[in-house]
Amino acid sequence: MADGGLSPSAAERYRKLSQTRLRSNLLMAPALAWLTALMVVPCALVLALAFFRRGIYGGIEYTFTLENFSQVLDPLYAGIFLNSARIAGTATLIAVIIGYAAAYAISAAPRRLQPVFLFFAVLPFWSNYLIRTYAWIVLLNREGLVTQLLRWIGYTGEPPSMLYTEGAVIAGLVYNYLPFVILACYAPLSRLNPELAEASRDLGASALTTFRRVILPLTVPGIAAGAVFVFVLSIGNFVTPALLGGGRFQMIGNLVYDQFLTANDWPFGAALAMALIAIMLAVLMAQALLADRAAGRTREAEGGADG
Amino acid sequence: MSEPRTLLRIDRVSKNFGRVRAVDGISLDIRENEFFALLGPSGCGKTTLLRMLAGFETPSDGQILLDGRDIARTPPNKRPVNLMFQSYALFPHMSVRANVSYGLEMERLPAAEIRSRVDAILATTELVPFADRKPEQLSGGQKQRVALARALVKRPRLLLLDEPLGALDKKLRGAMQLELKRLQHEVGITFVIVTHDQEESLVMADRMAVLKDGRLLQCDTPHAIYEHPSDRFVADFIGVMNFVPGRADANGVQATNGTKITGKVPATLSSGASAVAAVRPERIRLFPSPDTANRVAGTVEALAYQGLDLQVHVRTALSQKPFLVRVTADAADRRPVAAGDRIELGWDAADVRIFAD
Repeated sequence: MADGGLSPSAAERYRKLSQTRLRSNLLMAPALAWLTALMVVPCALVLALAFFRRGIYGGIEYTFTLENFSQVLDPLYAGIFLNSARIAGTATLIAVIIGYAAAYAISAAPRRLQPVFLFFAVLPFWSNYLIRTYAWIVLLNREGLVTQLLRWIGYTGEPPSMLYTEGAVIAGLVYNYLPFVILACYAPLSRLNPELAEASRDLGASALTTFRRVILPLTVPGIAAGAVFVFVLSIGNFVTPALLGGGRFQMIGNLVYDQFLTANDWPFGAALAMALIAIMLAVLMAQALLADRAAGRTREAEGGADG
Repeated sequence: MSEPRTLLRIDRVSKNFGRVRAVDGISLDIRENEFFALLGPSGCGKTTLLRMLAGFETPSDGQILLDGRDIARTPPNKRPVNLMFQSYALFPHMSVRANVSYGLEMERLPAAEIRSRVDAILATTELVPFADRKPEQLSGGQKQRVALARALVKRPRLLLLDEPLGALDKKLRGAMQLELKRLQHEVGITFVIVTHDQEESLVMADRMAVLKDGRLLQCDTPHAIYEHPSDRFVADFIGVMNFVPGRADANGVQATNGTKITGKVPATLSSGASAVAAVRPERIRLFPSPDTANRVAGTVEALAYQGLDLQVHVRTALSQKPFLVRVTADAADRRPVAAGDRIELGWDAADVRIFAD
C-alpha cells in the first residue's frame, strides 16, 4: 500500500525529468545542426581528401594512398611545422608576459575604473583584423611611422628594415591576440582575495615572494587558458605571416593556403590541415585535462569534507 | 604583583582617508601578556587601528612603539606582529601543514626546526589529523584554528585578531571564546582582538578599549567599564542599562515628571544641566524595603524567562522605555509577579550612574 502511494509521485518525477531532458535537447538542436553542417562534415571531407592522390592537372584522383601523410613528415615540411610552433611559442610567451602584467595592473586599479581599462584593452577587437594588420605595415614600413619618428628625434642612418621580418610577424600575432590573454588572466586575478597577499606579507614574505608563492600559483589556470588561445590561433594563422612576413616566412597556415589555391594539390593541403588540427586538438586537450584534474581535486575535496 | 610591563604604546595615532578621519588621536598602552580588546560599533576605527598595528596602513600622525621602538613605518613583513584575518585568508593551494610552515620558511629557519615547531603548534591546536588537508576540506572552526596556528607558530610579540569569531555560529563561538583564552594563556603571547560584540570582549578581555567615531572613549578592565562607564554611550553600548532623563541637581537627577533619583553627580556636571540617571537591570529590586533610596511605582508589562533569571519589563512614569529588571529565578519563585501587576521598584543610590545628556 505504501508502494501504491509512492509510485505515482515517482512516475510524476520521471515524467518531469524526461520533459526537462527533451526541452534541453530541443534547445541544443540548432547549435548541433550548425556544428555538424559547417564543422564536422567539412572536416570529414577534408580528412577524406587527404587519402587520395593528386591528379596530373591538379584534380583529384580517387585512389587510396598514405603518401600525403608521409610527405608531411618530409624534413622540408616538418621544418615549417617546427618553425610555426617556434614563432607561435615566442608570440605566446611575449603575449603572456605583457598580458599578465596588464591584467595585474587592471585588477590593482580602483574597482570602478577596472571596467573602463578592460574596455580599452579589448577596444582593438572592434576593428577589422585585416585593417589592424595593415596598420602594422604603415608603422613598420621602410619610410613608415617608426622610421619617421626615428628621423624626427635625429636618427640619420639607413632606415631599419622591420617589415617582412620574423619580428614583425611575432609583433602582429602578439598584438592581435593580447586581449585574450588580458581577459583570461584578469578573471582569476580580480577574484583573488586581497587578504591572501596581505597574509603572505604579514607572515614575513617580501612582495616578490608573495607574488611567486601565492599570487602566481593561484592564477596559473588563467595564464594557461590565455596561452593556449594565443598558441592555437597563432600556429595556424596565415594572414599575419602573409602580410607582415611578406611571403618570406612560411608558416603552416600559408603552406596550406598555397596547396589549396596556388599549387592546386588539395590532397596534400588536406593532410597538412589535418596535421595542424591534430596539433591544436592535442594542445587543447592537454589544457582541458589539466583544468579537469584541478577541478576534480576540488570536487573530491568537497566530498571528503566532514563537518 | 609588580606592575606589568608595557609592550605596545599607541601614542596620539591618527589616520585620515581623504577628508575622513578614521582614527582620531588615540593613545593606548597594551601590556605584556594581556588579552586586550578593541571594541566599538562598525565604523568606529577599530579595524583601521588594527591594520596600522599590522603594518597595512601607515598612521597620518603619531607613533606606534613596540618594546619602545617606533614601528609605525615598518612594513608588515618586518615586524614581530602577526594578524589573524577575519576571512582567515588561508592559502587555498597549500595543505594545512604548508600554510602553517609558510611563515617559518620566510624566516629561513632550518627544515628540522620548522618541522618540530609546526608539529608542536598543530598538536596544540588539535590539527594533527588534518595536516595534509587543503583549506577547502575543513570546517569553519578548523579553518579558524589553522589561521590561529599559522600566526602563533611565528611566536609574534603581538598577535592581532580581526573579529576572529565572527564567521562561527553562536554555540561554536562560545566554545572558541574559552579556547582562545586557554591558548593565549598557554602560549604566553599578547593578544589584541577587534570585535563589535561587547559580550565577547567582556568574556575574553583582561582589558578593553571602547572606540567611537575614531576616538577612544574608555580603556579599562571589563569589570570597571561595566560598573563605571565613562559616558552615556559606553553605558548604553556595554551590557543593558536603564536610563532616566532629567536635570542634574546637587545630589541626583530630577526626572521630567518631578521624581528625584538620588545618586552621585559627577563634578563636571553643573546643577540644572540636562542629564541622565542610569541603573543596571540586576541592581533593581522588585519589592524594595522602605528605606531604599530610590523607589518608583510601575506596572509589569511583560516577563521574559531566560533560564537562570527572569527579565521583567516595568512601565513607569520616569522614562519612555519600560524599565528592564533582572530577577534571579529563585527570587521570582519566592514572590511571583505577573503581567498587569502594580509593583514598586527600588535601587540604592550607590548603583546610580549619572551622565551628561
